[in-house]
Amino acid sequence: MIIELGHFALILALAAALIQGSLPMIGAARGDAAWMALARPAAFAQLFFVVFAFCALTHAYVTSDFSVANVVANSHSAKPLLYKITGVWGNHEGSMLLWILILALFGSAVAAFGGNLPPSLRARVLGVQAWIGIGFLTFTLFTSNPFLRVFPAPFDGEDLNPLLQDPGLAFHPPMLYAGYVGFSMAFSFAIAALIEGKVDAAWARWVRPWTLLAWAFLTGGIALGSWWAYYELGWGGWWFWDPVENVSFMPWLLGTALLHSALVVEKRNALKTWTILLAILTFSLSLIGTFIVRSGVLTSVHAFATDPERGFFILVLLALAIGGSLTLFAIRAPSLKSGGLFAPISREGAMVINNLFLAAACAAVFLGTLYPLFLELLTDGEQKVSVGPPFFNATFAPLMVPLVFLMAIGPLLPWKRADLAGALARLKLAALAAVAAALLAWYVSAGGPILAVAALGLAAWLFVGTLVEWADRVKLFRVAPGESWRRARSLPRAAHGMTLAHAGLAVVMAGAIGSSVWKSEVVTNLRPGETVAIAGYDLRFEGVERHAGPNYSADRAAFTVTRDGEAIAVMFPEKRVYAVRAMPTTEAAIRTTLLADLYAVIGDADGQGGWTVRVYYEPLVPWIWVGCLVMVAGGLTSLSDRRLRVGAPHRRDAARAGSRPAAA
Amino acid sequence: MLRRLLYLLPVAIFAVIAGYFLWGLSPERDPGNVPTAMIDKPTPDFDLAAVPGLAVPGLATADLAGGEVVMVNFFASWCVPCRAEHAYLTAFSEESGVPLYGINHRDKPEDAAAWLAELGNPYQRIGADPGRAAVEWGVTGVPETFVIDGAGRIRWHHRGPLVPQVIERDLKPLIAALQP
Repeated sequence: MIIELGHFALILALAAALIQGSLPMIGAARGDAAWMALARPAAFAQLFFVVFAFCALTHAYVTSDFSVANVVANSHSAKPLLYKITGVWGNHEGSMLLWILILALFGSAVAAFGGNLPPSLRARVLGVQAWIGIGFLTFTLFTSNPFLRVFPAPFDGEDLNPLLQDPGLAFHPPMLYAGYVGFSMAFSFAIAALIEGKVDAAWARWVRPWTLLAWAFLTGGIALGSWWAYYELGWGGWWFWDPVENVSFMPWLLGTALLHSALVVEKRNALKTWTILLAILTFSLSLIGTFIVRSGVLTSVHAFATDPERGFFILVLLALAIGGSLTLFAIRAPSLKSGGLFAPISREGAMVINNLFLAAACAAVFLGTLYPLFLELLTDGEQKVSVGPPFFNATFAPLMVPLVFLMAIGPLLPWKRADLAGALARLKLAALAAVAAALLAWYVSAGGPILAVAALGLAAWLFVGTLVEWADRVKLFRVAPGESWRRARSLPRAAHGMTLAHAGLAVVMAGAIGSSVWKSEVVTNLRPGETVAIAGYDLRFEGVERHAGPNYSADRAAFTVTRDGEAIAVMFPEKRVYAVRAMPTTEAAIRTTLLADLYAVIGDADGQGGWTVRVYYEPLVPWIWVGCLVMVAGGLTSLSDRRLRVGAPHRRDAARAGSRPAAA
Repeated sequence: MLRRLLYLLPVAIFAVIAGYFLWGLSPERDPGNVPTAMIDKPTPDFDLAAVPGLAVPGLATADLAGGEVVMVNFFASWCVPCRAEHAYLTAFSEESGVPLYGINHRDKPEDAAAWLAELGNPYQRIGADPGRAAVEWGVTGVPETFVIDGAGRIRWHHRGPLVPQVIERDLKPLIAALQP
């Protein structure tokens, strides 16, 4: 009964979305305040019904209701409760419901907190948000219904994919979706602005919090996925340029550009066309990503569904949403009036370069991801290629180098017109740090690859350069510490957020280089009592014993780690087999010193008492996760800036009268 | 005017991409199907010893350069589809007269000997491959069958068992075309 109620609630949510997407838009065009005011209750109603539907499905999972087809396919009574809950979104249908839930949440958030938006803008924003909701609700209800029953109900389910029965991956989709779907707000704001025909500083001030929130979540979601791949897949790698990874990375790249571009619109009333286009493209990439991973167009270890029929539906959605928004852009954008002029060397100029590089990097990733498809079409199925890390290393990495270099300089440039020489002079300390770091890396790694050493120097340049800018703002070491502290506390939070985010990226970069270039690996066959040596550590294999978990059985190995004869730790890698799906997983044992990771994996037995053992030594890997955390912290710090809660200042002239249509 | 056209660029690019996506959804397309890269390549260099306990000699590259059309079949006793194709493979080899050579992939000699004793041995030569030869031949599983022409080039690479439809539709016409 509850499932049927949930199904009905989803249909009612569609009805609410239909109302939300039609009447307020007409009302905004006609200036009808009553119709515009319908947007808010409609958004709340949509949220209520979607939450109900989601809870109904969760209830079915938690109570292991195997009369529901979705629960049968993805759950099992012996599964731990945490994974029963997270299994709700660990499959195609449930994850679509999660998509819709977060979409409705964001819509309601604007309805609830957007009190200082002009009514017509709010009505249009909620209207566009409803259109997206209508698209996904119809997709879910007609092609991916999680509420279908199965009769007769089987005794037990088919269990969730063991790879997903993991804390990291359990929370990866919600965070990722909060990011992806969060960019729908920027999209809705952009479309609403294009329909209104006006983009101004106030608009940018309203867009920024939503974009920041989405960006912070997306950063966290990608980091979680990467971290999961690192500790779960057993190869010590954390990024494989897999299509599904790229599909989450592209909105991140453009979303970062959008964040910065919106700043320029807010402060200087310039770069409007860029910002609108970025807002549309970021969410478009989210949509394209949804298409790619669910339609079977590309193979990936990660694809949720490979169903061309569903793929066609999503493609139609894409054509309407992206095609429609880009057409609107083509029609309306030329008439957007631009504001402040700026010299090429200025903060605005740096933002333009920032946009260009990020967009180029995104285009490179896009091309690499979709090239196999394009080539196959062009050669009529004759040529099938796969594009992997070599391509992305050759295109993405060189684009990032100048960007990172400029990231340290940009914040030091003032608006409108800047003195580049002066900014560079203030970065002398950063340059010194870069050289020192490069030399240190070269020494420690005994003459490593020159590019990697230089890249580490670049990361140090960014880190110290960011700190130099912050120290400059608080006049560190130039006034009394108490005065510096006072200045730091009165700095707008967004400034601290920027420092954190940029510094975090430098840390991530250092971690990425360290773990890729100086990773060492030993694969060997060991008998109990034998030792393998790596990077100064000795790991003695103590043996393997069997161990049973709630829904799996495991071979658990023990390794005693010593360094120079001194015992440091014991590591327990496992090889599990989940009985229901007969799938094995490896649980690597990782010992981290926060400067490096020691990583041990147990493989197969060779039948003669020996076991295949893989050990990795990954320097600087923990810095990737720490750096991502710092970036997310930076985003959230910026989000808490008081100025984002207070309305944007606008000039007291005729423009203000025009921006508030006749409303009761 | 040009400026307005420039604004149309994003939607134009998207239309092209959407077109590709639409094509990508066509039902005949199987993105997981990777075509073989071995066609028209010369046979790889290899030299495999005979399987101990069998009366037939081993297999090397020189045996495939004799100027006539031959077939090479990768098989193993632990492979179920190999068992399924065995009868069709034997029948075709006898009927067409094309020499059939086998490569016993990652198998124990006693298991292979028992398997062939039970089902019959259609191979004139069998090489024992612990694994390396499969890599050289671009083989990713068993059974896989190759047709080598008189000049020592690979002309056909079939992955999976030789079922009658494949023999009638692809193999027979190819052999007929290759043999003078």
